[in-house]
This record gives sequence, structure tokens and C-alpha cells, in this order.
Amino acid sequence: MTILEAENLGISFGGLRAVDGVSFAVAAGEVFSIIGPNGAGKTTLFNLVTGIYRAGRNGRIRIAGEDVTSLGPHLLVRRGMARTFQNLQIFFRMTALENVMVGCHLSEKTSFLADLFGWPTVARQNRATRERALALMERLGLAQYARAEAGSLPYGVLKRLEIARALATEPKVLLLDEPAAGCNAVETEVLDRLIADIAKSGVAVVLIEHDMKLVMKISDRVLVLTHGRRLAEGAPAVVRNDAGVISAYLGDAGATEANRAHG
Amino acid sequence: MLAAVVTSRLATLLFLALVIAVVPVLAPSSFYLRVASLVWIFALAALGLTILMGYAGQVSLGHAGFLGIGAYAVAVGPARLGLDPLLSFFLGAALCGLVAYAVGKPILRLKGYYLAIATLGFGLIVALVLHSEAAVTGGPDGIQVARITLFGWRISGATTWYWVTAGALMIGAALALNIAASPSGRTLRALHDSEVAATGVGVDVAARKLAAFVVSAVYAGVAGGLLALMNGFITPETASFMHSIELVAMVIIGGTGSVLGAVVGSAFLTVLPQALTILQEYEQAVLGLLIMVFMIFLPAGIVSSLKRFVLDRAP
Repeated sequence: MTILEAENLGISFGGLRAVDGVSFAVAAGEVFSIIGPNGAGKTTLFNLVTGIYRAGRNGRIRIAGEDVTSLGPHLLVRRGMARTFQNLQIFFRMTALENVMVGCHLSEKTSFLADLFGWPTVARQNRATRERALALMERLGLAQYARAEAGSLPYGVLKRLEIARALATEPKVLLLDEPAAGCNAVETEVLDRLIADIAKSGVAVVLIEHDMKLVMKISDRVLVLTHGRRLAEGAPAVVRNDAGVISAYLGDAGATEANRAHG
Repeated sequence: MLAAVVTSRLATLLFLALVIAVVPVLAPSSFYLRVASLVWIFALAALGLTILMGYAGQVSLGHAGFLGIGAYAVAVGPARLGLDPLLSFFLGAALCGLVAYAVGKPILRLKGYYLAIATLGFGLIVALVLHSEAAVTGGPDGIQVARITLFGWRISGATTWYWVTAGALMIGAALALNIAASPSGRTLRALHDSEVAATGVGVDVAARKLAAFVVSAVYAGVAGGLLALMNGFITPETASFMHSIELVAMVIIGGTGSVLGAVVGSAFLTVLPQALTILQEYEQAVLGLLIMVFMIFLPAGIVSSLKRFVLDRAP
């Protein structure tokens, strides 16, 4: 079943067409990767999909068939879209557990006034949220860090904490912006299994990643962007051997070398 | 164990209650009780700012404006409109909430320091209106405030006001602590650290900031009403810009985001000027110097720095 459909997305900054008429669709349980050289417009495309930038006049975004094109970021989350960020966006002065608990807040039922007057429902809600967040941290192997202040945790852990927080919103589609950036080999290995696991649970995963080994290993399909346009799309093996993709990454001279290397 | 005590809600309230109970025993005269009452009143206003600044990370430079609205409500209501003083008191607090909603609604959709600038303007306007609408407010000379009676019991005298203001502070502290540990409080602290990430998990950032702003305005309104009723007289000085800055300074000196910090900050800026009057013309200079020294050596604020000191050494 198709979860996320993006149609004809485009945006310009000044005279620069940063993303130009890009369309794609991602199904439940699928890992869909977006790759491309630096400046190709990957993160801009993410920001268009997640409502941070407005999609162009002809652009359309649908989640599970529902048109969500004009919704702001916080409303998109209610429709089942969650994301992580290229530069860590962690609540540094809260504990790791509280970070994930904030992720649960859409399922929290107490009003601001009830919270202010400390209604008995608030304590019950807090308990329920804490249990849900802890279960999620357990699943992502983060339970041991629950009580630690997020600001004191290592980078690789924080990357996973961001994913846990995003999962706490119970998304239908999860967008991961360079989850492996800055992670060492062991941390990448953990991520690899984690992403596969998330997809297996029925979530559509959209991934921006520079670690090609990771991309080629876990992706079902790959979209290659360059200069804001679609260059190629298909299974990892197909994209890897696409002449246009190789020249976009390595230049024309590089393409010749690559051909020689492939024999 | 120690860490749990230092951070627990109940411990904070018990400690505050203990201090409130001990002050009258040690106070040699009713003058000291009056000063302590002022500390509780300004602590209440600072607590409102703690919710706004400490939890949600938004700065208001016009909170004395809300103090002024609350104070003049209990003066103008009975004197000009013939309203009951107690009713005027609650109407004043509600009016603060409404005005905060009207001011905050358009402003808090914008990111950045717009709230600080908008509230700065708001505070100046309130002070200006209180100064110039002399027919209603009495102008720069101020206005007499009717005494308040509760079920035929006339509330007056330093001791009575001490307990009334202390009670109000205890309630305010309990509510502020409730918020901190609740789902709403978590979203406020979250958007303080990263608005992008808070939005990214579905927090309606603008609505949350607005709620915090309205609550903090009501705190200031209640404090203003108590101040006017206790003093029996009020001038536009209550709503002055310097007063707004003083409230912000209380929060920062005490420790931004800490409930006890708001009380300590209020005590610092209320008691110290009284104590320093013996230095006569050097009073202001020494006060400024002391503020600088405290901020240099306890940059996180008095209570927050002490808390960290204890927690770092706790097993």
C-alpha cells in the first residue's frame, strides 16, 4: 500500500531552482533512499515533504491517500509523518526518557489547565507516557540511558534517540536525514538493523544518506537527485550501474575510470 | 537519595513552607513582615516569568504592565465603577490573561525576539495610560485603594497580609511545579531547547508559547492586585519599565526555570536595597556591583548553581 506520495515538488531560492519537479511514492514497509552529490537538493526535498517549505503551485503531497499539501509541520505529524534531522535536534537539557516522552505528546490527553492544577489524570497520563517511552527505548537499545541528561550522551546514542522520539509519534512514514552521518562502523551497523526493523513493522522509511554501503544494503529503491532534478530511480543494483549516476558523482573522467574498474 | 530530595516537588514546597513559617518568628518588628510580604508578592510575579522564561524560553520585557493592570483593577474597580474589591481583584487577573492573549496571539506566531520587543512596547503603553488618564487612574500622584473585606472580616495589618501573600505564593509555587512535571511542561521545556524538533514531534509551538504567556500574565496580575491591596495606595511606578527589568533580573539572579530561584531572586532584589540604605548615596552602586558579582560566580543563578553543586557531589 502506498503511504507517501509526493508529486511534482519544486522550490526556488532567488534564481536557483533547488528542487525541480520531483515526484516519488513510498509504500508501507519499504525503505526508499534519496541520494545525490552535496547540494543536489536532498534536504530541501525533505523540507518540502515535511511542510517546512511550501510545495510549489503544482506540488501535491498525500499521506495514505489524504491530501496534506498545505499543512504545517506540526499538523503533518498528526497525519502520521515523522522525521529526524541532519544536525541533531535534541532537547539537550531534558533526560533521554523525557525526550521520548515529548515524542508521545500527541497521545497525551490532559489539557493545559488540568496540568496546571495537577488533576489526578495528569499523574496517570505521566505514568502511561513513561511506560510507552521506556518500552520504545528498550526496543531501540536505549533503556540504559533513560535517566541521563541528553546533553551528556554520545553522538551515536543521540542519533538513535532522535529516531526513538520520532517513532513515539507512531508514524506511518518516517523520514531520516543522514542518520549514519558521524557514526562509527559499529554504530552504523546498529542503525542498519534498526532501520530494517522499523520498515518490517510496516512503516514507510525515507532515507537520505551518504554512506553508500548502508544505502545499497538496506534500500528497496533509490532515487538519485542532481541539481534538484531526478536523475535515476530504481533498485540499488540498477542505480549503481547507471552511467548518468556515476558521472554525476565522479565526473566524466571518473565515469571512464569506473567503467575500467568494473571491467 | 539526596538527588531525589533536591529535585522533588514536595521537598521544594516543604522548604518554602518552612521558610514562610520561620520568618515571623525571627522578625523583630512588623516592618520586617511587610518587607517579607513584598518578597512573596514579587516572587509570585517572578514565578509567572519563570514559567514563561525558564520553561518556555520566551522573554517578556513588559511584565510590570500586567502588574500595573492587576494593581489598578483593585483601585479603579471599587472607586470608579463601584465594584466589590474582591471581584475587582479577580477581574484584574482575568483582564491580564485576556490582554496577554490579544498581545501574544499575533506575535507568538513569529520566531525570534519579537515577544520581548512587543511586550516592551506593551509595558510602556500601560505605564503611559496610567500616567495620563488622570481622571480614571489619578495620574502620576497615584490612587487610593479601598480596603478589602472577606465575609465581614477586614483584611489589614502586617501579620494578616504576611499570611495572605505567603498563601498566594504557596499556591503559585504549587501550580508552577505542577506544570513543570506535566505533559504541557515537557512540551514547553522541549520547545525551549529546540523549536524545530518540538514542531517535528507535533507540538503546536505557537499555541504552547501563548498558553505560557497568558498564565505568566495572570501571575503578574494577581501579584499586582495583592500589592495594591496591601499597600492601600498605588502609583504608575508599579508598571514602569525599570520594574519589568527588575522582574526579569529576579528570575535570572535566582536561577532561570527554578521555582525557589524566583523566590530567592525576589528576596535578593527586595531585601538588599532596604539593607543597603545604610550606605546612603553608594546604595545603587553597591547593589549593581553585587548583582554583577553574583552573576559572574553563579552564572546559572543562585538556586540553580547551588542545586548543580549538590547534585554533582551526590552519590
